[in-house]
Amino acid sequence: MIATMEGCRALIRALESEGVSVIFGLPGGAIMPVYDALLDAGIRHILVRHEQSAAHMADGYARASGKAGVCMATSGPGATNLVTGIANAYMDSSPIVAITGQVPTSLIGRDSFQEADIVGITTPITKYNFQVKHACEIPAVVKTSFYVALNGRPGPVLIDVPKNVQTETSEVNFNPQLLVRTRTNNIDPDPVLVKKAAEALATAERPFILAGGGVRISNAYEELCALSELLSAPVGTSLMGKGCFPEDHPLSLGMVGMHGTVEANKLIQEAEVLLAVGMRFSDRTTSRPDDFCRDARIIHLDIDPSEIEKNKEVNIFIVGDARKTLRGMYELLAGQLVRNADSSLERIKEVKGLLTQQISSNGGEGLSPCQVLKEARKVLPRNAIVTTEVGQNQMWAALYWKTYLPRTFITSGGLGTMGFGFPAALGAKVAKPEAVVVDIAGDGSFLMTENCLATSISENIPVIIIILNNGMLGMVAQWQRMFYKGRYSATRLGRLPDFVELAKAYGARGERVESLDQLSNVLRRAVSSDVTTIIDVPIDPEENVLPMVPPGKSIDAMIVT
Amino acid sequence: MFVIGTIVENKPGVLHKVSNMLRRKGFNIESISVGPTETNDWARMTITFRADEATARQLVRQMEKLLDVVRAKILNQSTSVARELALVKLRVEDTRARSDAINYANVFRSRVVDVSPNTLMVEITGTPDKIDAFIQLARGLGLVEVSRTGVTALERGLNALNSEKGGAQNG
Repeated sequence: MIATMEGCRALIRALESEGVSVIFGLPGGAIMPVYDALLDAGIRHILVRHEQSAAHMADGYARASGKAGVCMATSGPGATNLVTGIANAYMDSSPIVAITGQVPTSLIGRDSFQEADIVGITTPITKYNFQVKHACEIPAVVKTSFYVALNGRPGPVLIDVPKNVQTETSEVNFNPQLLVRTRTNNIDPDPVLVKKAAEALATAERPFILAGGGVRISNAYEELCALSELLSAPVGTSLMGKGCFPEDHPLSLGMVGMHGTVEANKLIQEAEVLLAVGMRFSDRTTSRPDDFCRDARIIHLDIDPSEIEKNKEVNIFIVGDARKTLRGMYELLAGQLVRNADSSLERIKEVKGLLTQQISSNGGEGLSPCQVLKEARKVLPRNAIVTTEVGQNQMWAALYWKTYLPRTFITSGGLGTMGFGFPAALGAKVAKPEAVVVDIAGDGSFLMTENCLATSISENIPVIIIILNNGMLGMVAQWQRMFYKGRYSATRLGRLPDFVELAKAYGARGERVESLDQLSNVLRRAVSSDVTTIIDVPIDPEENVLPMVPPGKSIDAMIVT
Repeated sequence: MFVIGTIVENKPGVLHKVSNMLRRKGFNIESISVGPTETNDWARMTITFRADEATARQLVRQMEKLLDVVRAKILNQSTSVARELALVKLRVEDTRARSDAINYANVFRSRVVDVSPNTLMVEITGTPDKIDAFIQLARGLGLVEVSRTGVTALERGLNALNSEKGGAQNG
């Protein structure tokens, strides 16, 4: 399939042949030919007010749909504004393809107007990146970019296109070869290791499964559920794994880690054999890797071999696709394993009963975030998609917002990017227009990407933003209370905007909530509204997120009250 | 010291991607040498660095994670040959100094490749230790400057990076 056309048209056509139906972006001088070609294409463009949001929207779109999200910006500042969003996608293994304009090749390296070395800048935060030198390369570059972004452990890819390449007319082959070697030899796990792992799990009295984002990426929910039930193994998740296992399942313990649930942190330390699936033993999950599950035999399953021994030494490492591997283990054990679930369930009940009542409001002013989220959970549908900002709002959401379905909890785990939640919510809503999408926000984070309200209204993408408003950079303030003698340095936000009026100024709806009864009514109205609603919920500025494992301490040293 | 043999795609920007990863992950390398191979598509990089074995294995895995790296492997010192080349320039003010320098160069099986009225350039090949020893000696003779290539290495026998199954556990 060979055609003669300009590079910009070849780019759009190549994107269409990858099934791209939406691009998040903002134009500028060095990407104008592509924007012109976009007018003739069947691709929806969503105009942002800052490029960082375009990358976050593509990321949210990718996480909600499993497809690659696409964002686009001009050269120089447009490209550098994408960087935080690309780094965020890299840390959380999210497949996005970022397209940037570049100054013409004749001007590269001369410090030209709006020139930035975006390929150099993004090398450490992309799986792969390209600078296209000739229009004829475009289909191969685009095909390779989507392949790389989605294959194996997903991640972001950047395509930098100099302006003269966009306007160059060339003979273009639309049936190209990939530009990287294909790597599919890691999908099938080593059967010997699978057997060894299955036997270790079957003979353990106290098995434990820790599920990470890899379970979502490989769609291994049913396999995870089947294996945990077969083994009567309790399941904890990392932050990225939230949603991989229904949190109303009797074997579900919620999140493990710095702000994990008491029962998850306690039972994982009692585990005899740990099966860690699609996770990387991050410092926020393990706190101190040496003390984490120190008495357990550990089986680590991941598709990325560079995770072997990266953060934690383990007994058995299996490189493979989570779904295939979990299924393999299940098939080896099904029918052979007779296990009485009672002792596991009994122990879970025991630990939960002991400790959960301690988690509630400290009785200060405003509503309790815990009650707000529990009330919201009652009102919002089971398949509602929640995104979060970063900080206290995020950890409260992780603790108290019960997630039942995969791809319905979207949060910035690795990079911890304040301002992620709102644009990610818009991206998720574009991917799943039928779903109710809610950003659980803090006042500090929300203000970072507040201008997404303009996109939300102009592009008709209605979402709900619940601002847990404490007038503080809450998580930093919490650390100052706990570890800096209560000295608040630069964490008071001072005079905040009136969020209700702010919403109205953008053409959105705004409501303030002072009681739980009010909240459920306001939420119901927001769900049925066809514009974005901001719900401002004043909370106690002194409220801490608990439990908490102090940084650098073992998860045994969790502070509960 | 670990010697890591790697085959990489022979295209622009690959050295940047490799060195960027090494810096980002905090691997403190001693030398890196790059050159063409038996095929045009590939280049060969040899990296040496000091670390414990777990770190060396992690470096290999991080290398193989880069999509432009075809294969990376720790080269066992007993089953591979590792060599480095150095050019060493010496100041030789009189005939006595000149003949001393030439004698030492002969002892190290190195060659004199350039002579000027008051300098002499020696080309020496060998293990990094041998070159270290010669440079140490040269300091006493009047060392002007040194240029070293960094280590390059090949496995002995039929083992070859290009023939083994690429990236046993690639991501």
